[in-house]
Amino acid sequence: MTEQILNSLKNFILVTGHYGCGKTNFTMNLALDYAKAGRKVTVVDMDLINPYFRTSDFKGVLEEKGIEVITPVFGGTNLDIPSLPASMYGIFEKKDVVIIDVGGDDAGSMVLGRFKPQFDTVDYDMLYVINRFRSLSTDLDEAIEVLGEIEAVSGLKPHYLINNSHMMAETGQAIYDEGKQFAEMISEKTGLKVLCHTLDKELYDKGIVIPDADDSIYPIEIHVKTIWQKQKMVQI
Amino acid sequence: MSEKVLMKGNEALGEAAIQAGCRHFFGYPITPQTELSAYLSKKMPKVGGTFLQAESEIAAINMVLGAAGSGVRAMTSSSSPGISLKSEGVSYIAGSDVPAVIINVQRGGPGLGSIQPSQADYWQATKALGHGDFQLFVLAPSTVQEMADFVALAFETAEKYRMPAMILSDGMLGQMMEPVVFPDATEVHEGDKSWAASGHKNQRKHNVVNSLYIEAKDLEQKVVERYQRYELVKANEQRSESYLTEDADIVVVAFGASSRVSRSAVNAARAKGIKAGLFRPITLWPYPVDALEKTIGTAKKYLTVEMNMGQMIEDVRLAVNGRKPVEFFGRTGGIIPTPAEVLAKIEEMAK
Repeated sequence: MTEQILNSLKNFILVTGHYGCGKTNFTMNLALDYAKAGRKVTVVDMDLINPYFRTSDFKGVLEEKGIEVITPVFGGTNLDIPSLPASMYGIFEKKDVVIIDVGGDDAGSMVLGRFKPQFDTVDYDMLYVINRFRSLSTDLDEAIEVLGEIEAVSGLKPHYLINNSHMMAETGQAIYDEGKQFAEMISEKTGLKVLCHTLDKELYDKGIVIPDADDSIYPIEIHVKTIWQKQKMVQI
Repeated sequence: MSEKVLMKGNEALGEAAIQAGCRHFFGYPITPQTELSAYLSKKMPKVGGTFLQAESEIAAINMVLGAAGSGVRAMTSSSSPGISLKSEGVSYIAGSDVPAVIINVQRGGPGLGSIQPSQADYWQATKALGHGDFQLFVLAPSTVQEMADFVALAFETAEKYRMPAMILSDGMLGQMMEPVVFPDATEVHEGDKSWAASGHKNQRKHNVVNSLYIEAKDLEQKVVERYQRYELVKANEQRSESYLTEDADIVVVAFGASSRVSRSAVNAARAKGIKAGLFRPITLWPYPVDALEKTIGTAKKYLTVEMNMGQMIEDVRLAVNGRKPVEFFGRTGGIIPTPAEVLAKIEEMAK
C-alpha cells in the first residue's frame, strides 16, 4: 500500500487540486511517510493564496522528522503578502524527494508557470487531488474544468489522480464508495490513472470503511484540524 | 443543491446569500474574508445577479445603501479594518431605515492588526458601528451550517424591522471546512417594500430614502420611532443555545469560534466531575438576556471566554447585575484559546 505508492512516484512531486480538496494534508502524509522510509525529503509550500491551514503551519512537525521545509517569505506570519524566497530555485538541484504543495485552483497554480523552464529540466509527477464532496468540484464537469484551468496556467501536465474524497467526521463506507466511483469516472474521462484512494487511518484500522481488495489504499493521518478537533479531550 | 457538501464558512455565506434571493453583492477583498467574494464572483453571474468589486469599502457600502434603498436584497462583506471603513455607510443605512446585510469575518485588531481570527469587534458590532443612535441586528454563527442558515434570517429580520443586520463571524469560522446542507428550495420571504424608492410610475407619491432631517424635532421623532422598533426586536428576536446549563455550577458564556473551544472544555470538565455548562448567545444584539436569566438561579459563577480582551463580559455583567461573580478568560491578537486553557480556568474557578 503505502510503500507501493511511495515507490511509484518520481522524486519530484507536485500536489495540485481544487481549493480545499486536501492537498496540504496529503502533502504532510506523503512527506512524513517518505521520511519514515529513510528518504531525504524537502517540502515546498508554494501556496501563495491561502491564509490559514497551510503547510507552513506544520513546519515544526516536519522539521522534527528531518524534513526540510521551504516556505514563502512571511508564510505562517500575519503579513498578507507572501512571496517566494530565492531558495525556491535551489529545489531543482535536490537529489532526493521534493514535494511541492501548490495553492488551490488555477489561481494557486499560476505560480508554477513561472518555474516551467526549471520543471522541464527535471522528471516530475504532477498529482491532481480530488474530493467528490468538496463544494464547486462535486460533479465531473466541475472537477475536470478545474484540472483544465490548472494545466492552462501552469503549462504542466498532470500524471495521476489522488482520490481524497471524504466528508470529514461523517466519512463512512457510503462516502468512500461514492468517492471511489467518482474518481474512476474522472479517470476514464481524462485518461489519468488513480494513484490511490486516501482513507483516514482510524476508519481503515477499525474496519469502519472496508475497501475492495484491489483498491490502491493510502491510509492517512488527519493533520489539518481546528484547535478544538486537535484537543478533543473527551469523546462525545 | 440539497446534497451535503464540504464548504468553508466564507463560501457557505456566499451560497446562502444566493439561496436567500440576494442578487446584489458589493465588496472589496480582504483576508480572511476573500473566499466569500470569490465564491459570489463565480456564482452571481450564473444566477443573473450582480457581483461588483468596488473601488473601496466605502464605495461598496454606499452601493448597498443605494441598492437596498430601491428594495432589493443587497449585501456586503469584509473583515475588521474594512468594516471600520464601512461604518459611515452603515450609519446612513440605519438612519434611512433600509434593510441590508453586512458580514464581518473578524481578524485581529486594532489597526491593520493581524489576519488571524478574532472577536475583538464585539463592541463595534453591538454598540457603535457608526455614529448616532442606532442598533444592528447581530447574529453570531458557530458552525459552517449556521453560516448557511443565518443569511436568510438576517435578511428577513432586517426587512421586518427595517434595520441593518450583521453576521459577526471570524477568520476561523470563515476559513474552516465542515459538511453543510442547503434546503432543497429555499423559500424567500421578502418583507414589505412599499417604502422603497423603486419607481412610482405616476401611480403613487414618490418615496424618499434619506437620513437627513433639518428640523431637530423631526429627527428626534424618527429616532424615537426607531427605538420603539428596537424594543420589539429585543422582545421577539433573542436567540441562544443552552448546553448542560440546567444544573451547572459554572456557566461558560461564549459565542462563535470560542464557543466551539468552550464546548470541548465543558465536556472535559464534566468528565472530571465539575458541573460546567455552556450558554451560547446566537444573537449578540439583542443580547439573549431572557435565556441567560434562566441560569441565574442555579449558576454559582459565570465565565466568559472570548477572543479579545473582554468585551461581551460587560453584557453578561449587565444581565447578571451583581448577583453572581462573572470572570473572564480570553486570548487576543488572532490567537484562539485552547480547550485545555479554558478547562484550566474552569478548574481554578471550581476550587
